[in-house]
Amino acid sequence: MPDLAIIVPSVLNGITTGALYALVALGLTLIYGVLHIINFAHGALLMLGLYAVYYLKARFGIDPYVALLIVPPGMFALGYAVQRGIIGRASHGRDENILLVTLGLAIVIENLSLFFFRSDTRIVDTPYSFETVEILGAFLPLPKLVAFVGAIVTAALLWLIMARTDLGRAIRAVAKEKKGTALVGIDTDHVYATSYGLGIACLGVAACLLLPSYYVNPQVGHGFVLIAFTIVVLGGMGSFVGALIGGFVIGVVEAMGGLFLGESLGQIGIFAIFILVLIFRPTGLLGHKV
Amino acid sequence: MKNNTTDRLVRSRHRIGRRDFLAGAAALGVASAGFPAVLRAQSETVKIGLIHPVTGFISFSGTQCRTGAQMAIDDINAAGGIKSMGGAMLEAMLGDSQGKPEIGAQEVSKMVEAGVAGFVAGYSSAISLATSQEAAKTNTPHVVDVGVSDQITSRGLANTFRFAPGYGKVAEIAVANLDTINKTAGSPAKSAMIVHEESLFGTGTAKLLSEKLPGIGIEVLDVIKHANPTRDFTNIALQIKSKQPDLIIPANYYNEYVLLARTLQQQQVEAKGIYSVLGGAASSYQFVNEYPEAAEQIMDCNHWFDPKSDTALARKKAAEAKGVIYTYEVFLAYNAVAFLADAIERAGSTDKDAVIAALAGSTWDQHGMPYGSTKMENGQNMGAQPVNTQVQNGAIEVIFPKEFASADAVFPMS
Repeated sequence: MPDLAIIVPSVLNGITTGALYALVALGLTLIYGVLHIINFAHGALLMLGLYAVYYLKARFGIDPYVALLIVPPGMFALGYAVQRGIIGRASHGRDENILLVTLGLAIVIENLSLFFFRSDTRIVDTPYSFETVEILGAFLPLPKLVAFVGAIVTAALLWLIMARTDLGRAIRAVAKEKKGTALVGIDTDHVYATSYGLGIACLGVAACLLLPSYYVNPQVGHGFVLIAFTIVVLGGMGSFVGALIGGFVIGVVEAMGGLFLGESLGQIGIFAIFILVLIFRPTGLLGHKV
Repeated sequence: MKNNTTDRLVRSRHRIGRRDFLAGAAALGVASAGFPAVLRAQSETVKIGLIHPVTGFISFSGTQCRTGAQMAIDDINAAGGIKSMGGAMLEAMLGDSQGKPEIGAQEVSKMVEAGVAGFVAGYSSAISLATSQEAAKTNTPHVVDVGVSDQITSRGLANTFRFAPGYGKVAEIAVANLDTINKTAGSPAKSAMIVHEESLFGTGTAKLLSEKLPGIGIEVLDVIKHANPTRDFTNIALQIKSKQPDLIIPANYYNEYVLLARTLQQQQVEAKGIYSVLGGAASSYQFVNEYPEAAEQIMDCNHWFDPKSDTALARKKAAEAKGVIYTYEVFLAYNAVAFLADAIERAGSTDKDAVIAALAGSTWDQHGMPYGSTKMENGQNMGAQPVNTQVQNGAIEVIFPKEFASADAVFPMS
């Protein structure tokens, strides 16, 4: 039985790790939760974002946090183009097609990345990569604390966009009644692409905040996709606050699972939650029914 | 009219008469009878199956293996190919196991049908076990490049050879060298924690180490297994910190090693030494270049070339000139191919029994490794051994065994 000197830092670390997961899940809750696009390319696109951050640092010396001004807009443009040019055209509006198209897209992106970037694991060394902040006796890595704040800010921004802007109203309208929305003159294809772009821009934010404490290689997205889906289901489909809370919960569950069950069994808790939520609370913590 | 005339002239110039044909055929027959091997070989290649996990979670290592193996093939071909077969060129047949043993075995089957002469595979122990087993069904020679499980050469498969050491030998030498390093420093290390990845390599190595360490007076406080991939090592670092071992012994793949080393530093875990076994900072130029401070004074017991060998240094230089990070995967796969090619050279053919006999009787020594002449027993190169390396002032130095050492060990870490 681990003592409190380990449990408290572990919980705090779980929360900050959960913030990283929440960042990845925020985009997914918009794409999957609101638009019902099952985006299997989410991990592959996160990987592209991480490579963008890496190369901006390696080639141009641009700090990952400064890259927040470049990567998310770039990822938005990429997401918009992918939805408008590939997913929208190839899926013909059918969910099973979307699933296959995004899966195919993920495979293509990963293999192209293997070809162009090679399979080396890349890391960026920043002046703050090893910095820690002591809270309640726990040494929390500075990049993770920044990611924690970044996740909250991103969730708040997304909530504001969805709740207070015409774009947000249009997205919600398209999600609820696509034909009706088209009938009143809203360009639904544009709304879909914009929403997808926003979701992918969130991955850009996640990439900028993740890389100072993580690494990138062509497979790096795999480790995040299933967790992100779990967080979306746990938090509630389409709920940004839910995704944030879900991320924190999953982070803590993973940390505690590792501590009490052993590190190789630590992830059992995450997927146990996934199954339990689907059985007993399909609406998730703050969302609609799955 | 002019065109018809020209056509006739061209036809007559290229027409071969009956006498010319017979004379040519006779000459060809005589030549063939006199130099059969040469004539046959000029049109044939020797296919070498290279099966590695170039996609999937260990793709970096798999790609490094493939790179090393292809460099060996290029060098052998540039030097005239297999001379006993009239300069037959080696031809690489590339297979991707995707990190999965069953896919590796499928690749073996496909390549056997395509006429492969021998295999070099498959980086991980689990994949190497599967590929060598599959190759054994057709008695196709198989050289394991990196896989360290002792099971690979203990199953009695006549076709399977390993040029590098298995983890039994590695653990034995790692513990013996650690004992010497510790005693030389006045025995400051009395306890250790082992952190290992969950596959055959990590689990097997950790088991052997935890059995052997008490024998040299080092108590194993805990053995922590982790998954691949593990995204966060804070829990592990906290557990290490709370138990305060004198030594931290990691045995894991590169991605996890990077995160573990970074987290140990962030959590301000202090130990008298980090002593990695089979994988670690002190045998990774990439890690040393990217995290010089975190890597400083870390010790490894791992596959490594002889730093005093001109052959090894020339290969390293050639690899680095191509932009290749010279990891152990590169030179082990290189040597596995060169070892197989040497056997084919001595066999003088791709006859499987002849090549296997040549592999079993090999005394090849052009490897640039600290192994001495090759001596196979039950498919294992008995001279193969790991060495101890340590990062000192940003460079990877060999500290053990003494005859290959380029520096003295610094222990405890300062």
